[in-house]
Amino acid sequence: MDWLFFTEIVISGLMAGVMYSLVALGFVLIFKASGIFNFAQGVLALFAALALYDFLAPEGWFNQLFGFTLPVPLAILATAGVMVIVAWLIERLVLRHLVNQEGIILFMATIGLAYVLEGVGDILFGSDVKPLDIGIPQGAHDYLLDTYGLYIEKLEIFAAATAAVMVAVLAVFFQYTRIGRALRAVADDHQAALSVGISLRTIWVIVWAVAGFVALVAGIMWGSKSGVQFSLSLIALKALPVLILGGFTSVPGAIIGGLIIGVGEKLAEIYIGPFVGGAIENWFAYMLALAFLLFRPQGLFGEKIIERV
Amino acid sequence: MESAAQMSHGKKIGDIVLAVENISLSFGGVRALSDISFQVREHQVLSIIGPNGAGKSSMLNVINGFYHPQEGLITYRGVTRKQMKPHEAARQGIARTFQNIALFKGMSTLDNIMTGRNTIMKSGLLWQALRIGPALNEELAHRERVEQIIDFLEIEHIRKTPVGKLPYGLQKRVELGRALAAEPSMLLLDEPMAGMNIEEKQDMSRFILDVNNEFGTTIVLIEHDMGVVMDISDHVVVLDYGKKIGDGLPDEVRNNQDVIDAYLGVSHD
Amino acid sequence: MFYRETGQFKTSYTADEAIFPIAQDRWFIFGVIAIAVFVVPFLIDDYGANAVLLPFLAYALAAIGLNILTGYCGQVSLGTGGFMAVGAYSTYKLVTAYPDLNLIVIVILSGLITAAVGVLFGLPSLRIKGFYLAVATLAAQFFLVWMFNKFDWFCNNCATGQITMPTVDMFGLQITGPGADPATRYLFCLGIVAVFALLAKNIVRGRIGREWMAIRDMDIAAEIIGIRPLQAKLSAFAVSSFYVGMAGSLYFGVWLSSAEPGEAFDINQSFLVLFMVIIGGLGSIMGSFLGAAFIVLMPLVLKNFMVDGLNIAVVTAKHVEITLMGVLIIFFLIVEPHGLARLWQIAKEKLRLWPFPH
Repeated sequence: MDWLFFTEIVISGLMAGVMYSLVALGFVLIFKASGIFNFAQGVLALFAALALYDFLAPEGWFNQLFGFTLPVPLAILATAGVMVIVAWLIERLVLRHLVNQEGIILFMATIGLAYVLEGVGDILFGSDVKPLDIGIPQGAHDYLLDTYGLYIEKLEIFAAATAAVMVAVLAVFFQYTRIGRALRAVADDHQAALSVGISLRTIWVIVWAVAGFVALVAGIMWGSKSGVQFSLSLIALKALPVLILGGFTSVPGAIIGGLIIGVGEKLAEIYIGPFVGGAIENWFAYMLALAFLLFRPQGLFGEKIIERV
Repeated sequence: MESAAQMSHGKKIGDIVLAVENISLSFGGVRALSDISFQVREHQVLSIIGPNGAGKSSMLNVINGFYHPQEGLITYRGVTRKQMKPHEAARQGIARTFQNIALFKGMSTLDNIMTGRNTIMKSGLLWQALRIGPALNEELAHRERVEQIIDFLEIEHIRKTPVGKLPYGLQKRVELGRALAAEPSMLLLDEPMAGMNIEEKQDMSRFILDVNNEFGTTIVLIEHDMGVVMDISDHVVVLDYGKKIGDGLPDEVRNNQDVIDAYLGVSHD
Repeated sequence: MFYRETGQFKTSYTADEAIFPIAQDRWFIFGVIAIAVFVVPFLIDDYGANAVLLPFLAYALAAIGLNILTGYCGQVSLGTGGFMAVGAYSTYKLVTAYPDLNLIVIVILSGLITAAVGVLFGLPSLRIKGFYLAVATLAAQFFLVWMFNKFDWFCNNCATGQITMPTVDMFGLQITGPGADPATRYLFCLGIVAVFALLAKNIVRGRIGREWMAIRDMDIAAEIIGIRPLQAKLSAFAVSSFYVGMAGSLYFGVWLSSAEPGEAFDINQSFLVLFMVIIGGLGSIMGSFLGAAFIVLMPLVLKNFMVDGLNIAVVTAKHVEITLMGVLIIFFLIVEPHGLARLWQIAKEKLRLWPFPH
């Protein structure tokens, strides 16, 4: 076995895994705080990337309206603002009217939401592929390539670092801020949280906005890698096996699940793919997660539920 | 109430049908039951009492196979087992109701009670799809039996109402109906009268005693209302902190010092 | 005034358990069937068959299938597209291997093959629940589509994975293939869908249906009263997949006539059928028909309105259509989460009192 090759696969798998984790993280945040299985998370990332592109590009609406484009940091801030507005609209127009509905109804509503965001994104920004360049270094990392002969994308290293920072920030936010505590309270029990005076509506706006920021980061990374296009919204499907592996409510689960899926997928592609005709990346992650679930139904980090009657 | 109680005392109590031996159950580090043994005789009404968290519901869950105790054996009608699935217990003739009502909320009263007879119904998928011959006859025959139960429990008027819309007291009655529909030889009732007013309690006590007398069903029940327990039970088992602290006739238990302490909250050292 | 059940007394349990216990409902449904059988075939043209009626019938059957699993047994599945593909490819393989076999037999066999595959992918439902299961069913969706794409045995060694339905006759009438009469194709599908919808209704109101609903409403309690979860869930997967497989068979064999796994059976099919079930009404056979009609007709109406009425460019219209589709779905879920079937019931309640509301 070629160990250098193997290491390269594992590392690139880890990096791909980080990208999955970024999307899965957005899912987990919303599921934790509202019990909503948000199918629109991938489209949210697409929408964020489209908006960001619009602030930067000469042909964007922003330039046409105001006659100038924004520098990258301001554009990112402005996009974050857009995500807050989107979150507010989602709460105001959709979630508020669906309080106390069953999980499957809310899930369907988020599929509807995905359609709306996709349609609106297409109408506003067009459906062609847009290159997103905000100055993230591209190409292979020279030092690793020269010293160890490892081919690792700089973008992927950057994404991994960003994800690490983001997880740290989220952990601090959840653990130590007042809003974070309120979020956790809501996640445990809506009714109980309401009864101690936590406003569910505000919390939902906040958590959707935070999920929007996470989607923005995911959108930036994926957009820089392969251009801003519709297929971005499909990365949500990649994040789903990560979720069942890591558990719907666990932030570390999303990260570690993502890494396992990333590495497993790459290894399978190389070592199993050739025997079954290749192109297995569409389903392998699901099978891996499924096989895992059969042995541990609550996921990696979920707690074993004691059923009571 | 008084007259009903005397009637129950007049009946014949048979042999031991259920023997619980040295049952211990814990969740993680928490001990729910330790070393519990007792026996239930045919036609008996046996009450399990004890303060909240004493392990009463856990005991019922062990008897009908929902919890699997780490130690101990259960013998029901000559069959000894350590572990079994709840549906197997149901097929042995053990039916039960729940502390927090566990009805099928999307289904009508009629359908809920009909599910109780599922274990006795046999016709296959194909016949059912065609709904002719054996499937139709079976469905109608069981419908007739279910209608008798509905009459018995006096819930004719809510036959087609989805149970989710029924008031609490009626839901408890439907749940009893579902348990009865299986024609069980033993009925486990988990706080059948919790949250009821005095009239509803009287009705429910009457139903329980009628079931016991008319069908000869052995009954194990958990109840907090001491008045009801003393009136309708033939035998009482007292649990506290997962241990058995009393076991005997209602009058014996009433005068047992440990039981009085447990209920009055004397410290355990 | 005209819709009253007053004076209709039931004297037997058989009458009380009829599908339509109220006489007016019975007449209404007989009327609908009569029109569908005796009037529609004379009005139908190729456009009507291909754009409206055939997709409606195929999707209605698929929606009944998914409703059995999700609406009655409470197991959410996102693998419908994959299972429809199993039905379609089974039909193709059977038709090409045994050209003389009766088409009805082929459709039913395709359903049975799909049922077997469905049971296989239903096995995880014994261990995992809720959304975990929903995601797990995506494994079926992606794996099956990949499999049909990858192994050319399924399309008789073609290069592209695309399958084309050959011409099949039944009782001297051409049902599938190029040049088949739209009325014949329509009646063939109508017959299958009507018969199997009735059978589905019988199953869900009998012992097995109650078993499924018990598992859906409270699986723990169901097990404690003696229902075997293994049997109940797997039988739901089997029956559901049987229907979805037959739907896939009609979808490909009679409606589309040619299909490619990546497009005809992709995950959007799964969502589409799920929409039909939710919008029509979870746990309602009637709702499956209403939902299918709604989802098939809505894009047509929107498209006609925008492209022909407002002269919007086709591409933009497509985007607007996607947006409106999403808006309508959300709107529906907010207004009536129990679907069109519930609206239908409410309308009947109102009608019962009309025109004297007191």
